[in-house]
Amino acid sequence: MTGALWELFFKGVWITVQLTVYSAALAAAVAFGVGIARTSRLRVVRFLSGAYVEIFRGTSALVLMFWLFFALPLLGWQLAGVWAGTLALGLSYGAYGSEVVRGALGAVAPAQREAAIALSFTPWQRMRKVFLSQALPEMMPPFTNLLIELLKCTALASLLSIGELTFEAKLARLSTGESAQVYGIILVLYFVIAFVVTRIMRLAERRAKASVGRAPEISGGLFSRTPAVTGTAAPAAGGGKP
Amino acid sequence: MNTWSWGYVGDILPDLLKGLGVTVEATLLGSLVSFALGLVWALALRSPSRWVAWPVGAVVEFVRNTPLLVQLFFLFFVLPSWGLTFSPLVTGVIGLGLHYSTYTAEVYRAGIDGVPAGQWEAAVALNLPRRRTWTAVILPQALRRVVPALGNYVIAMFKDTPMLAAITVGDMLFQANTIGATTFDYMEPITVVGVLFIVISYPTSLLLRALERRLVR
Repeated sequence: MTGALWELFFKGVWITVQLTVYSAALAAAVAFGVGIARTSRLRVVRFLSGAYVEIFRGTSALVLMFWLFFALPLLGWQLAGVWAGTLALGLSYGAYGSEVVRGALGAVAPAQREAAIALSFTPWQRMRKVFLSQALPEMMPPFTNLLIELLKCTALASLLSIGELTFEAKLARLSTGESAQVYGIILVLYFVIAFVVTRIMRLAERRAKASVGRAPEISGGLFSRTPAVTGTAAPAAGGGKP
Repeated sequence: MNTWSWGYVGDILPDLLKGLGVTVEATLLGSLVSFALGLVWALALRSPSRWVAWPVGAVVEFVRNTPLLVQLFFLFFVLPSWGLTFSPLVTGVIGLGLHYSTYTAEVYRAGIDGVPAGQWEAAVALNLPRRRTWTAVILPQALRRVVPALGNYVIAMFKDTPMLAAITVGDMLFQANTIGATTFDYMEPITVVGVLFIVISYPTSLLLRALERRLVR
């Protein structure tokens, strides 16, 4: 492994991180927008947002990415590879995330809503100050899991020839022929990024919990995710990863 | 530009359905591998010996937190140099199965933890040997609880099989790409593939929800 190859890898890591951040930002916007829309009183809004979730969760992120990259230009919109990747990941993970938002909003005690109405909060204040602020800490652990899944999915962008980590690994493999070494190294690099992301999200979770006056739970292990729940709380719909 | 052509869809449908067959085959075989391996990981993680539990835990975390696509490339390019040559489909099934086994291990773990402590105590009280405790008392109750969650991972795996196209498995996306590369018209093939995914995964998820209501109370 020469210095030039390491340089290639670090460039790849940087693009991977950028892809992850952009798609996560889009996914978060979609998740809150659609998740809140699914609690709407209007039937048509609920139906449309529900249809969005089922469509984008029902199909494969990679197929969506290929569609945006290869099929959309035929309709007259040519997207740069990075944007096709970001859009595909943001839209599909937004659909997964909206289920998290909906679930957490639904778990806020009904009395909170009644209290907010009694205090004559506007609907917007009710959502922001009562519902979201209490639901946010609940959302953090599943969001962490989704973010890791999203990070792993950015590897798909390499198939659109975007110069992220997996793509650089392909170049490195072609120039050195050292498959085991190259792919071994980038697997470790992905693992390190995932570890850092988990730590950052753990901090964010702690802050979110502290802001509503709850002590953070002590959890062991390096990654220690929320356990895959069996039973009624399982994320049954659409077969999403937890 | 050109508009949607149903005639073209009719022409390419046989190839895409052939790809669907490969996709389903990879999903089913991959599921079997992940169900079996996941149980092995889950039991190993409960091992009283730290020398078993710790390395298995490390491997499981590593595989779960790294991309499936890169793992597939690793298997595809590296296994042959170790003298293990498999067809692309078998390599893909190994990759899918291994990756998802780290998820199913979590599912089994939760299922086993969900068996009430009284069942363990009863097994001890009846002087059941360790093996019988697992096969006759704990696992039958745990497995019943985990079926819907495992089903969800089957759907997730189904939606990840297009990645196998990257290691030249002739799945749906691979077929769509091949067609697109010859006709220069990607619109119909990729759209049909996307719709087929929804058409299959959405009813399956509804079915699982129904199953969950029956099995888990």
